[in-house]
Amino acid sequence: MTNRTKRRLWRVAFYVLVTIIIVYTVFPFYWAIVSSLKAGSALFQVDFIPPEPAWDNYASVFREQPFARNILNSVIVASVSVVLSLFLAVTAAYALGRVKFKGRGALLLIVLGVSMFPQVAVLSGMYELVNALGLYNTLGSLILSYMIFTLPFTVWVLTTFMRDLPTELEEAATVDGATPWQIITKVFMPLMGPALATTGLLAFIAAWNEFLFALTFILSNDTRTVPVAIALITGGSQFESPWGNIMAASVIVTVPLIVLVLIFQRKIVSGLTAGAVKG
Amino acid sequence: MTDHAATASPVAAVGRAEPQRGSSLTRQRVRAAWTFLLPMIVVLSLVAGWPLLSTMYLSLTNASLGGTTEARFVGFENYAFYGPNLQDWDDELGGYFVYYEETDAALVYDPRSRNFFDLDTEEAVDSFDTSRTAPYIADDGRWILVPLDDGAAATALSPYGEEVDTSVVFSWQGVLADAQWWRSVWNTIWFSFISVTLELILGLVIALILNANMPGRGLLRAAVLIPWAIPTIVSAQMWGWMLNDQYGVINEILLWAGLISERMAWTANPSTALPAVIAVDVWKTTPFMALLILAALQLLPGEIYEAGKVDGIHPVRMFFKVTLPLIRPAVMVAVIFRALDALRIFDLIYVLTSNSRDTMSMSIYARQQLVDFQNVGFGSAASTVLFLIIATFTVLYIVLGKVNFDGGR
Repeated sequence: MTNRTKRRLWRVAFYVLVTIIIVYTVFPFYWAIVSSLKAGSALFQVDFIPPEPAWDNYASVFREQPFARNILNSVIVASVSVVLSLFLAVTAAYALGRVKFKGRGALLLIVLGVSMFPQVAVLSGMYELVNALGLYNTLGSLILSYMIFTLPFTVWVLTTFMRDLPTELEEAATVDGATPWQIITKVFMPLMGPALATTGLLAFIAAWNEFLFALTFILSNDTRTVPVAIALITGGSQFESPWGNIMAASVIVTVPLIVLVLIFQRKIVSGLTAGAVKG
Repeated sequence: MTDHAATASPVAAVGRAEPQRGSSLTRQRVRAAWTFLLPMIVVLSLVAGWPLLSTMYLSLTNASLGGTTEARFVGFENYAFYGPNLQDWDDELGGYFVYYEETDAALVYDPRSRNFFDLDTEEAVDSFDTSRTAPYIADDGRWILVPLDDGAAATALSPYGEEVDTSVVFSWQGVLADAQWWRSVWNTIWFSFISVTLELILGLVIALILNANMPGRGLLRAAVLIPWAIPTIVSAQMWGWMLNDQYGVINEILLWAGLISERMAWTANPSTALPAVIAVDVWKTTPFMALLILAALQLLPGEIYEAGKVDGIHPVRMFFKVTLPLIRPAVMVAVIFRALDALRIFDLIYVLTSNSRDTMSMSIYARQQLVDFQNVGFGSAASTVLFLIIATFTVLYIVLGKVNFDGGR
């Protein structure tokens, strides 16, 4: 075998591997789309392209449960908890990223620890808190409990961003007599736009996907969020799940996320890896 | 929330060019810093600190959901204790209902005072020959004191301090004595170990490919991001459908390829349920691992590889001798974040195999006790043990692995 054919063979093997990876990552979602477009008994035939696409499943998702309401609930819960978190996190991140003080390292470790918490470890205590505040079976219970992961996450990521902003800006502002509050609002905030967007998007996705608290603190169909609604979809028959409806619901909530992620993919990748890459 | 693994590192970095220590400006900045931190600390204490402490407290009580009476402090009974079966505790009586067969008496046994009381008069009963009786639980759940035969096996102390055969009533109880709990612990550890290992290997391969200079790299990166963007519940349902025993496409493909001879019930079969869960988790979370490793790879200086090429070192040798040691710190951080996420797994298993014993994780077990069985005290004890297991693992990993959250800086 000459060197050239050898190299060519390697090339072919490489692209075969790439193709396998792409099929592996994309096929399950493709199959969900295909299944969601099959009505009636067509669902039980294995056709890799739906012979005659039908939208029945999409219609019945909204007909058979308050799915539009569930989507709205998810949007409200995720947005409010992310906005509240960002609001609290910006000042905290300034303090943690730019000021040297005793206990800073310990505080950061606590923030990191809480964000990686097993949620079940606080489940009964959170249930008591939610009940004590009269929030059981309301969206408020989820906004409150989601702060346990959105807040430390936003603080952590914004701290890495804050730390990397140029010192000269702050020094110049200090010389001009600016207070720390003015430095945050007048000097740093205008620079933080992209960081806030990326952090917010990642926290939003996490809140959008949360399941354990949403399953435990919400009782009624109308107050449920999307993940719980999709997990609990049941049809008329108790023996076989309405897979067509489930796939349609899955596609509805996933397409916007995938579009967002693909649009912002560079931002997301850099957001995920900001701390590790820079420096 | 696995998403911030790589953003791991503000711990070590400190503001540069600080004004001189002790100056009024520094003091003003530090004061401002604490003011800025206060709201965050208050909220975090409310939503994390308080619930954690109150879960730990509840684990020391016999609280139950919808319980009519005040929760009672029971010490470590939810964790482990040797004694009568707590299921038969009657809150209204403040003890165990006992029926004494010989004299037809209705009695209450109070384990704290270790005395029997008459149900009606609430007076202590010591009129019968306690040394010749043993309690046992009848089929209808009542406790019954029966006279002992002369030849009965005496293996433990009765509530009276006499040796009687109490093995039917007294046993080790609590979370730590529950075989199903340890099974859940084992399931969780096994699941986490296998899936994180597979994700690491697959993530490395994908990261190396993404790092290679080749046409179509953007397409591959977009494809890899798709599983990451899909909510866990949705991916669980998608795979549940693909793994369906009758109509699932995976059975269809494997039948066509001749790899199986009949359709399999992947998620219901005890021997394939956990592997099925692992497969779905690997699909969903490998992209995260790949992106973090890719970030580390892109930091490596190209000169090393050129030098290696000039010296004629084999690429495989290069990978193990140069690349791997250089990206190790970042990989260690990625692995701990993924492992912490895997150890608390709940939603994937809940949807894919629900409360099946074969795949039950620690989180599923704790929630089942808390919510389905309404056993708040016991469930809180399970939550607390789970928390301690994960905390211990984390500390050991960070210390033994010399993990540096600075991301190799």
